[in-house]
Amino acid sequence: METLAPTPEEQFQARIDADIRIEPKDWMPEAYRKTLIRQISQHAHSELVGMLPEGNWITRAPSLKRKSILLAKVQDEAGHGLYLYSAAETLGTSREQMLADLHSGKAKYSSIFNYPTLSWADMGCVGWLVDGAAILNQVPLCRTSYGPYARAMVRVCKEESFHQRQGFEIMQTLCEGAPAQKEMAQEALNRWWWPTLMMFGPKDSESPNTEQSMKWRIKRFTNDELRQKFVDMMVPQAEFLGLTVPDEKVKWNEERQAYDFGEVNWEEFWAVVKGNGLCNHERLQARVQAHEEGAWVREAALAHAGKRKARETVAA
Amino acid sequence: MNNSEWPLWEVFIRSKQGLDHKHVGSLHAADAAMAVQNARDVYTRRLEGVSIWVVESKHIHASNPDEAAEFFDPAADKVYRHPTFYDVPDSIKHM
Repeated sequence: METLAPTPEEQFQARIDADIRIEPKDWMPEAYRKTLIRQISQHAHSELVGMLPEGNWITRAPSLKRKSILLAKVQDEAGHGLYLYSAAETLGTSREQMLADLHSGKAKYSSIFNYPTLSWADMGCVGWLVDGAAILNQVPLCRTSYGPYARAMVRVCKEESFHQRQGFEIMQTLCEGAPAQKEMAQEALNRWWWPTLMMFGPKDSESPNTEQSMKWRIKRFTNDELRQKFVDMMVPQAEFLGLTVPDEKVKWNEERQAYDFGEVNWEEFWAVVKGNGLCNHERLQARVQAHEEGAWVREAALAHAGKRKARETVAA
Repeated sequence: MNNSEWPLWEVFIRSKQGLDHKHVGSLHAADAAMAVQNARDVYTRRLEGVSIWVVESKHIHASNPDEAAEFFDPAADKVYRHPTFYDVPDSIKHM
């Protein structure tokens, strides 16, 4: 029998299996390209929208030190969005198209940012819990199969650990403060715990894309694996702070060497994904407004660059 | 898409004196001066560089990855270009 030459798909999978990174101009299946554009742009949008709940507290930070830190963190997030948009652009989509999809509601971003930041302790929880969860998601992405995405994630991860530490420090300061401050910390944890667990996405049994993404080594761990890791990491940290995780079912399981925990409210998860969270409307509106009101700046900069180039050409 | 999208620039950074500029990523900017300034804000917030180069992406020409095997083939069978190809007696020093 004649052996058939491997198809492009088979060659592609063989490279993936050998852990050879895929680069922008390499052949790739259309579905791989599409999956990556969706995932990377969604990730970029999350960084962009993620600036909004924290932006709320820049002018209200309790000290100049906290304000400087928060500004630096929000600036990092803009940078992370940019690294990721650039990575997605190498796949043939445009910045304008991605932003248009975000603004029309076609593209998603992490649902966590559709929850409000009501107290200063929320800045602690966003850093400690939300960025903590983000890091768990992102660290394996440093080894994802698409080169530009992996390289962007290396840079993001380096910067993200400061975000988590500053969040933990806010929580620690509150927990070591007056009873009212500790209460504020506990109240924020109560609100952020479950939404953070939702950040890892639907249960494996209800996540249709996971299998293919694992095969292509875009994802390295499943949603449930990462969620479990997160709980195992965070419960002792909450205990250290003297805070209680708002889940009665949290209990160390000696046999599994992991914490048991309760079921996420999936109804709430899907409601927020579908646009019915507390802040979906507000976040998107803020984004669209910023984009539209900035249009003249983008146009003016381009016109200015054009005029200057024309002057240089005449002079030369 | 309208024509208001700023062109794409590739960014190269020298992390310290004595080292090469290395590609770090890309960004959009209206002109070169803005590209350098944006590159500073995006890629050197933590003292990652002492010098920045930017070049408009459209000016970069690249080898074709589909032809990589043939293209780089001439170097594949010339092991004698490497010092390890040659046997040097143990008693010979400084070589």
